[in-house]
Amino acid sequence: MAEYRLLTKDFGTDGLQTIDVYERCGGYEGLRKALRSLTPDEVVSEVKTSGVRGRGGAGFPTGMKWSFLPKDVHPRYLCVNADESEPGCFKDRALIDENPHQLIEGTLIAAYAIQAPIAFIYIRGEYHDQRLLLERCVEEARAAGYIGRGILGSDFSCDVIVHGGAGAYICGEETALIDSLEGLRGQPRLKPPFPAVKGLYGKPTVVNNVETLSNLPHIVLRGGAWFASVGTEKSTGTRLFCCSGHINRPGTYEVALGTPIRELLEEECRGVWKGRSLKAFQPGGGSMQVLLPEHLDLPLDMDVVAKAGSALGAGAMVFMDETTCMVDVSMRLVDFYQHESCGKCAPCREGTYFEADLMHRLERGELTTAELTTLSDICDNMNGKCFCPLGDTATWFVMSAYQAFHDEFEEHCGAGGCPVKRRNRELVPAAGGDRG
Amino acid sequence: MNVLTPETRAEIERQRDRYPQARSAVLPSLWAVQHQLGYLSPEGMAEVAELLWLTPSEVEAVASFYSMYFDRPGGRHHVLVCINVSCALRGADEIVSHLEGRLGCPSGGTTADGEFTWEQTVECLGACGGAPAMQVDHHFQENLTPERVDAILDEVRAAPASEPHGPSLWHRIAVRLRKAGR
Repeated sequence: MAEYRLLTKDFGTDGLQTIDVYERCGGYEGLRKALRSLTPDEVVSEVKTSGVRGRGGAGFPTGMKWSFLPKDVHPRYLCVNADESEPGCFKDRALIDENPHQLIEGTLIAAYAIQAPIAFIYIRGEYHDQRLLLERCVEEARAAGYIGRGILGSDFSCDVIVHGGAGAYICGEETALIDSLEGLRGQPRLKPPFPAVKGLYGKPTVVNNVETLSNLPHIVLRGGAWFASVGTEKSTGTRLFCCSGHINRPGTYEVALGTPIRELLEEECRGVWKGRSLKAFQPGGGSMQVLLPEHLDLPLDMDVVAKAGSALGAGAMVFMDETTCMVDVSMRLVDFYQHESCGKCAPCREGTYFEADLMHRLERGELTTAELTTLSDICDNMNGKCFCPLGDTATWFVMSAYQAFHDEFEEHCGAGGCPVKRRNRELVPAAGGDRG
Repeated sequence: MNVLTPETRAEIERQRDRYPQARSAVLPSLWAVQHQLGYLSPEGMAEVAELLWLTPSEVEAVASFYSMYFDRPGGRHHVLVCINVSCALRGADEIVSHLEGRLGCPSGGTTADGEFTWEQTVECLGACGGAPAMQVDHHFQENLTPERVDAILDEVRAAPASEPHGPSLWHRIAVRLRKAGR
């Protein structure tokens, strides 16, 4: 089996969402060890040794991120990024649904390491039940003495506040998250200054992803060196991959980094559905470039996948079978970016609008070949020229799909409808929907 | 004359006092208003402003940015269907056209009896592993088929008005669906 269970080892245990069961599974021992036998700097150094990189998409080393905090400037704040909204991504929801206390313990360890008196868990508005669950768990942890003044008899005090968003993908970008948490429209800020220097309320702030923090109890308990021995040299540990699309068993699977993508597809996802063959896949969610069946033998390693022209991003694998129309997929993603553009900068605000208009006309078969060049021009005027990564990533999938499936895009021009869907209908005359 | 009940106002004050700066409580306060009124009325937002020591325009500017806040009254229940890639690959369009026919109004509309407001959304709901998926009154409903959608809508419609999204209703729906083998 490709599976390697670290974060998910207790998933499915009856009542794991309550503090008693979590403690019986060894919960809060990492926090206890950190507070009783490690200094904050020793925790930071353990995390640096572990080599754990951010699981939110950018893959920046967590220990290094913490060390950017200026010395002796207080208070500092910790923000937990639970604004998971990347198309295809649902791992943070699983981590919260299945083992919320693991996240709270990791949050407290991080808060101790950076000496933050308050940690904010910013959770997206759509995760309503998950927010209520976290709020209940925070109260449980408070009653047990893990949150509040003088935690476990130490001189470290920390409060945890669960803060619900209200529907905005951009709030997953760390500076937009901070603006939103301050009660503003969630628009990204100019960097520098980086949040580590000037973040929430103008104070030094660290923003970490849910999965990153869920790793911390294990890193503290078993040591950074042990963690670094799992995975590959530069992509250490495990990762939760959210697998969806045309596969037999969609779901969240934890595997050691370095595992070949094919193993994840064949063993955990049980292969492509309906006995069909794979046409393309996205390795890192809606923002990342398309990869082809020839890339299936690549290892799940952030740097190797980056070299192949895409990225592991937030760990969302979307598989598409041979009947998939790549223009339709591109159109839906472009619609998403247009809807989620915050409107702060012109290339993104206007560019996503033009992109969406062109893609809709292309999918309807109304675009001319000349106008297809306009699509490339628009993407070229956005990529690398937007205020934040949202605008850049709004072009990555569509441009990579245009390159890899050039003929399919051209075929749509002036076709008076979607040629791929027409072909599918001819193959399976009665196919109204395609839901297996 | 206040439009917010003393309970909602107390909740907003409780939220305000949780944060180092009162303004951080804007989003939670707007949620409290929406849960009471069903949407964000100008009067409700003005009361939030008063309680958080802001101006009404500051609160309204925030409210209009976020897609989950409603600026007008809707049906008793809210249905949100994901049409992003993972759901589309597994039949979201079929669910959308089924809902349109079943509820008799286009996306964004409210049924004639005022029971349901429904809309399709390109914002991924984070339920790709159970695609196609939707949310009814904030609760996930996954692995949808037209029959399953019908069963869910029937149960929701039959729920007493006093408890629009209580846990017992969702438990009952889950049990009924399991019994029906869906």
